[in-house]
Amino acid sequence: MKWNGFIPMSNKQKFGWADITVILVLLSVLYLTAHFGEGMQVPFTAQHEPSISLDPSMLPYYAGRSLLRMFIAFGASLLFTFIYGRIAAYNRTAEKIMIPAIDILQSVPVLGFLSATVLMFMALFPGSLLGVEFASIFAIFTGQVWNMTFSFYHAVKSIPRPLAEAADIQRLSGWSRFTKLEVPYSMIGLVWNSMMSFGGGWFFLAASESISVLNQDIQLPGIGSYMAMAADHGNIPAIIYSIITMIIMIILVDQLFWRPIVAWSQKFKNEQTEANEVPKSWAFNILKRAHFIQYIQQQISTFLHDTKIKIQKKSRTIHWPQPPAIVSKGITWLIWAIVLGFVSIYVYQAVYEIVQLSWHELLDVLVLGLLTAFRVFVSTLLAVIWTVPVGVMIGLNPKFSRIAQPIIQVLASFPANMAFPLFIILYLKFGISMNIGSIPLMMLGTQWYILFNVIAGAMAIPSDLKEASTILGLTRWQYWKKLILPSIFPFLITGCITASGGAWNASIVSEIVSWKTDVLEAPGLGSYIAQATTHGDWPQIIWGIIVMCIMVVVLNRLMWRKLYAISEKKFKLD
Amino acid sequence: MKNTLIKLQQICKGYDLPNGTHMNVLEDIDLNIHEGEFVSILGPSGSGKSTLLRIIAGLIPPTRGKVLYNGQTIEGTNPGVGMVFQSFALFPWLTVLENVKLGLENKPWTEAEKMRKALSIIDMVGLDGFEGAYPKELSGGMKQRVGIGRALVMEPDILLMDEPFSALDVLTAENLKRDLLELWTEKKIPTKAIIMVTHSIEEAVYMSDRAIILSRDPACVTADISIRMPHWRDKQDSAFSSLVDRIYSILTKKREPQQQEHIEEQKRKMEKVPEVYAGALTGFIELIEDLGNSVDLYKLAEQLNLTLEDFLPIVEAAQMLGFATIHHGDIALTDTGAEFAIARVLDRKEIFRTQVVTHVPMMEKITWILESKSNNKMAREFFLEVFEKHYGSEEAEHQLDIIIDWGRYAELFAYNEQAKYLYLEQDASNPLTDM
Repeated sequence: MKWNGFIPMSNKQKFGWADITVILVLLSVLYLTAHFGEGMQVPFTAQHEPSISLDPSMLPYYAGRSLLRMFIAFGASLLFTFIYGRIAAYNRTAEKIMIPAIDILQSVPVLGFLSATVLMFMALFPGSLLGVEFASIFAIFTGQVWNMTFSFYHAVKSIPRPLAEAADIQRLSGWSRFTKLEVPYSMIGLVWNSMMSFGGGWFFLAASESISVLNQDIQLPGIGSYMAMAADHGNIPAIIYSIITMIIMIILVDQLFWRPIVAWSQKFKNEQTEANEVPKSWAFNILKRAHFIQYIQQQISTFLHDTKIKIQKKSRTIHWPQPPAIVSKGITWLIWAIVLGFVSIYVYQAVYEIVQLSWHELLDVLVLGLLTAFRVFVSTLLAVIWTVPVGVMIGLNPKFSRIAQPIIQVLASFPANMAFPLFIILYLKFGISMNIGSIPLMMLGTQWYILFNVIAGAMAIPSDLKEASTILGLTRWQYWKKLILPSIFPFLITGCITASGGAWNASIVSEIVSWKTDVLEAPGLGSYIAQATTHGDWPQIIWGIIVMCIMVVVLNRLMWRKLYAISEKKFKLD
Repeated sequence: MKNTLIKLQQICKGYDLPNGTHMNVLEDIDLNIHEGEFVSILGPSGSGKSTLLRIIAGLIPPTRGKVLYNGQTIEGTNPGVGMVFQSFALFPWLTVLENVKLGLENKPWTEAEKMRKALSIIDMVGLDGFEGAYPKELSGGMKQRVGIGRALVMEPDILLMDEPFSALDVLTAENLKRDLLELWTEKKIPTKAIIMVTHSIEEAVYMSDRAIILSRDPACVTADISIRMPHWRDKQDSAFSSLVDRIYSILTKKREPQQQEHIEEQKRKMEKVPEVYAGALTGFIELIEDLGNSVDLYKLAEQLNLTLEDFLPIVEAAQMLGFATIHHGDIALTDTGAEFAIARVLDRKEIFRTQVVTHVPMMEKITWILESKSNNKMAREFFLEVFEKHYGSEEAEHQLDIIIDWGRYAELFAYNEQAKYLYLEQDASNPLTDM
């Protein structure tokens, strides 16, 4: 019998420098996690508020704390994705509720809920900063999780029938099915969506580390708080330090975490032939060269497998009694009853709170909502105007796009709210009103989604169509009208949907900004919610959020979905 | 008689149609599979061969009836089967070894035992040296070897194969068939029976001991032919080709009882039309004329390099429209068919129109509906809904496409693809007058 090269034990390769590097990196990561994690549960009272030092030497520590938050939120998102997605994919009844639910949740502005969740978590962990810590993580989580869950759910639903049947015939257990079929099949989409989510997560991190609830400023040690503190003090060097730190952090995470994962995940491509161009990563190459990793992995999986078999052999003799149908049905009904009970209690309470507002104020908020809707629309439109020519230029020129893509990626991940102070200084200097000034602030975070999509659309134009246009002698205008615009249209719409969703979220932080003691404010739903949160005015918070949710969902259904359907039908290149 | 391994009792499989009626795909299938048998299941496309195989595997439940394995009714996946898929169904992210080991996932063995077993099977199916390769690195034939290995490693009593060779090129398929037959006839594998779904009559006669032939709409067993020639069989042998001919004539025979049915009832039932576009049919009839008005079906299919799935509908359509008749595996043009073959383009359309109107009652209805409307127009959606009531949604699309294609070729009506409606052409110069 032949033992082959893929089994590392027989393969007497030496323990090399790659192994040493990986071990050292692992050790340091372990230490750092413990170090940063320690700071999470310091006591927290009104007197004992943690203060942020603007000393640049503290930046690595703050960056580490922020990073830890991001990864915890990401891990929670993954866990949620797998559980939620799997239930939705296999349980027909649950699916009918669960899928529309996350569809609404993903279009709802998460930041509006921040204050509510902060108070809830603070109540859960009284006297400890852990509650605020969880609230921040929860905010990042809610910003990341929905599209990951969607992607996993869709992948599981679209597993090709032969593969599913093969798994059935092989009688794979639920766990094997999950690890051998469902996760691998969804891997490519999941990695891609995770990357997008993680990039978007920085924004929520920066927004949630430093917030004011109930007239109380809470600042978690982290890079977002550092920036907020620097803005409060008007300390321009500190602002620049934090921006640089942020950029370094984004690049490091990209190089050390995402690139290797993308390179590794290529083997999960569901294709029957070899691809020409494969994403590469230097960090992944080192990991691959570290043989001890494969060795340990092999050993552990063999051990786990054998243990499982042994336990199964023993437990095979035991027959667990099945609960009678009535009992399990009863439990299902009970759960439903409890859920319904809680829902009605909270709906009643929310209505009770809202009733305290005058009719006048209720209507006012609707008008504010329209103002913000207008700003969101203008910011999306402006973004389209500049990204279409630039995106097409980048997309049609492969050389250019290879240089531009990574730069755009960093810019897109950079949390827009950390660049706000620079803009505010300009606004103060030139006396620009926030009515207009808040629009560029919204664009700052959302334009990248459109740019990405336009580039992707331009790259997808088949070269024979381009050649045909050249031969037909189309003028520049005809070329754009007949080829470029129709082919990027579906991509453009996808980008706009994401961008306008992001702009709603951004409105909460970009319609009201402060610099030292100056507060710049534009009337709008975003600033309304932000102020209500600061003052802890519950009726206002609840009504503001409800109006925003309704507006976003209605706009999505009435406008974006329709446009998307048209673009899918008419302009899809197959 | 040897031990009965699988027993099918009055298996029915059906779907509910939107109009509330029930359409049966399989009807009252009774079948016994014995130890030591290699059984082929043959039938026209859409006859539910693959559905039957999946019912045996326990992948889909029958609407009615029972599947017994060793005398026990199966619930869920059949514990005694392994399965080979047409599309290989390999997990692209697992290596050859890991794919094969997947078949042992549920066995209470240690990792080392599983490894040994998997490697020996890999050896057996001729994949030695490819253990660490991923499926995408392999050719089609190699991939199917992995598929076979994964099924065999479970040591199933019954090996189910769903058109295992149809995704492979001719030479590779031939090679793989021989290797599999060798494992089977020389008893190198503990498998007790093989059931193979195929659309190649020749493949069935070459490999199996018994051919089950299914009819269509709904599928019943029309013939159960035992093949007693010793292995290895010679395809040039006269006994071989006469058996192939015999199966061909069974498969192409029009069902007699249908013609005796009351004409009214037949109209109400809306007989399905074979899925063949007018262009292909015309080419086929021209070809028969070239070959001297009469030709052996089996040879013709071979010559055209068409599989049964593609070939049978053309033959059926030619029969249905009265262009050709089948006799003992030979196809011959009727007078109309011969006339059609040599006619010029416009005359040909004339003949086609006459034939379509006489033989496809639906055509008359469509033109009648269009004529009775004041603007002579009707949305595709309308006809689709009518069709859906009879055939189910997917089939309805196909049927309507064919009917529209035939009607356009016969110039009975015209069709606007963008706006999706059928209309009568009043003025050839401007078909869109009253839009």
